[in-house]
Amino acid sequence: MTETEPRRPGEKTEEPSPNPPAESDQVSLREATPHSAATLEEPAELAAIYQQGLQIQARSQWQLARRRFFRHKLAMVSLLVLGVIFGAAVFAETVAPYAFEAQNFEDSSEGPSTKHLFGTDQLGRDYFSRVVFGIRTSARVAFLVAFLSTVLGTTVGAISGYYGGWVDNLLMRLTDLVLTLPPLAVLLAASALLGQGSPYRVAIILALVYWTTLARLVRGVFLSLREKEYVEAAKALGASDRRIITRHILPNTVGPIVVNATLIIGLAILVEAVLSFLGFGVQPPTPALGNLIAKGQGLIEQWWLVTFPGLTIVLIVLCINFLGDGLRDALDPTQRRVGA
Amino acid sequence: MFTYVIRRLFYLIPVLLLTSMIIFTFVSVSGDPLGEIRRLPNVSQVTIDNLIEAKRLDDPLPLQYWHWLQAAVTDQFGTTLLGDEPIWPDLKRVLGNTLQLIIAAQILSVLLAIGVGVYSAIRQYSVFDYSATTFSFVGFSMPVFWLALILQVIFTNIYLNYGVRIFYTAQLSSPNPENFLFDRLQHLMLPVITLAVIGVAQYSRYMRASMLEVINSDYVRTARAKGLSERGVVMKHAFRNALIPLVTVVALDFGALFGGAFATETVFALDGMGLYFLRALASRDVYPVMAWLMVASVIVVLFNLIADIIYGYLDPRIRYD
Repeated sequence: MTETEPRRPGEKTEEPSPNPPAESDQVSLREATPHSAATLEEPAELAAIYQQGLQIQARSQWQLARRRFFRHKLAMVSLLVLGVIFGAAVFAETVAPYAFEAQNFEDSSEGPSTKHLFGTDQLGRDYFSRVVFGIRTSARVAFLVAFLSTVLGTTVGAISGYYGGWVDNLLMRLTDLVLTLPPLAVLLAASALLGQGSPYRVAIILALVYWTTLARLVRGVFLSLREKEYVEAAKALGASDRRIITRHILPNTVGPIVVNATLIIGLAILVEAVLSFLGFGVQPPTPALGNLIAKGQGLIEQWWLVTFPGLTIVLIVLCINFLGDGLRDALDPTQRRVGA
Repeated sequence: MFTYVIRRLFYLIPVLLLTSMIIFTFVSVSGDPLGEIRRLPNVSQVTIDNLIEAKRLDDPLPLQYWHWLQAAVTDQFGTTLLGDEPIWPDLKRVLGNTLQLIIAAQILSVLLAIGVGVYSAIRQYSVFDYSATTFSFVGFSMPVFWLALILQVIFTNIYLNYGVRIFYTAQLSSPNPENFLFDRLQHLMLPVITLAVIGVAQYSRYMRASMLEVINSDYVRTARAKGLSERGVVMKHAFRNALIPLVTVVALDFGALFGGAFATETVFALDGMGLYFLRALASRDVYPVMAWLMVASVIVVLFNLIADIIYGYLDPRIRYD
């Protein structure tokens, strides 16, 4: 089952798919796979190739992956949408028509109009501007979480898988431990007892909980690859452990790492929103998507306060999930769903 | 089977002991339990000293852990730091309420998800299948509390504008209901729908995936070749095996749902585990926090055990002895 199966990070681990090392170019024989989508799609082109005599196109793994990715329509559309949304957040000062803290009591609690696209809150602050700045905060947290958890997960997984033995045992029991605790309760307790507020602190707490899936994934790949002949050959040539880990094995884990990091961004946006909504995440007056929604809680008449930041979250996370799906299909060399 | 369950229950003891150690260490290193009280201006040093004495906070950590464990086992988690109130009666009440919510939501989402998943698998790539997939993706991308808020806004506005009370949008029961059960149902319905939407989005994908796998397997082809009706093939042969992955996910999710229920309970002001935990955190009282974490872990391991028992029932190849 490699369908468009939504997969939450932290839930189900992917089968590690050890592809040949990235340096070695693989020869793609279009004719060799009669059932691949490419063959069926372009019979005329194929016929031409046959007439010229067999022509072999050499493409590296990366070229293949890139082609698969660019043909994934849903992922490309998502990438475009995300580009627009995050672009707006980066250039928030020019995109937003008002400053996010600008109060205007004459326009307080107004519904959506051309003047205030997403309406205004009781203090007359323009909600569109606040959402744009909120995306910036939430995205900053999410990217930081993705970066930190990727570094942590990869390091733990690589060391654990490569060295094995008691190191592996120790690190994996640590991973199990993090996995058994109820994540949201731990996050809430950690941010309540350690102190909260700054987006960076929120990001660090999130990253400390969400590195485990990747650690297991990377460990799996390392376990299977460290026994391979080419690793043995590298060892025989006198390569250091560090070189073998970073040069010979790690490139093979790039696929799962990239997919996981993408999905973590979506997850982090959702979890940060919950934390901020409950009052344990990013604190007002800094706008984040979660505390913008919290502002509208109980204000039944002013439905726009809840609706628009929420729809923004749904749109962002939806696109990220589609993107992650496209990346998974593209980076998995055993995948034949999208022709290369 | 009976001896297996007994044995598993015994295995739970060391597991829970370890969990209690982790919880205690985690909460202890997170900060001084008296930190908040020390900051209050109207609390005298004598009160603080009395608290330290009563809770034995000047003992070394392992000894403190031992006292806490003793209180947890013999005295139902002991008392709170402030006000010295017993923890268990409150915790028992909210536990019951949350279990009502979660069990109702899980039953609803599993039933719907099985229906949606099986039908999607049988009619793969049909309009229904694509709609279900779209719904799942949106469900995955939706913050739970946002869905809860939207439902609350919709139903409150229906009530305000048309005077029709379909569901209540806050709390668990009315002060003096005529029909208790119906009243409770009206209150619980929106939180249940909230959790069920997310649940169906996830479970229907698992159900579809495992159903597809089973339907394409050899023994199902054999069943078809024998000339069984399609209905018989699907219901008798494929369905039961396809259920096994779903059971795992559902059982594991019971633990996670305590997390999902935080936001839902907050939105609907439902007096459950989530609100209790948030209140305990807000008062910076570590004792209810630790008791809560402990109860939550017990529930998680119990549902894992239940999952294992159901496996054995669904798949006769799995034997327990």
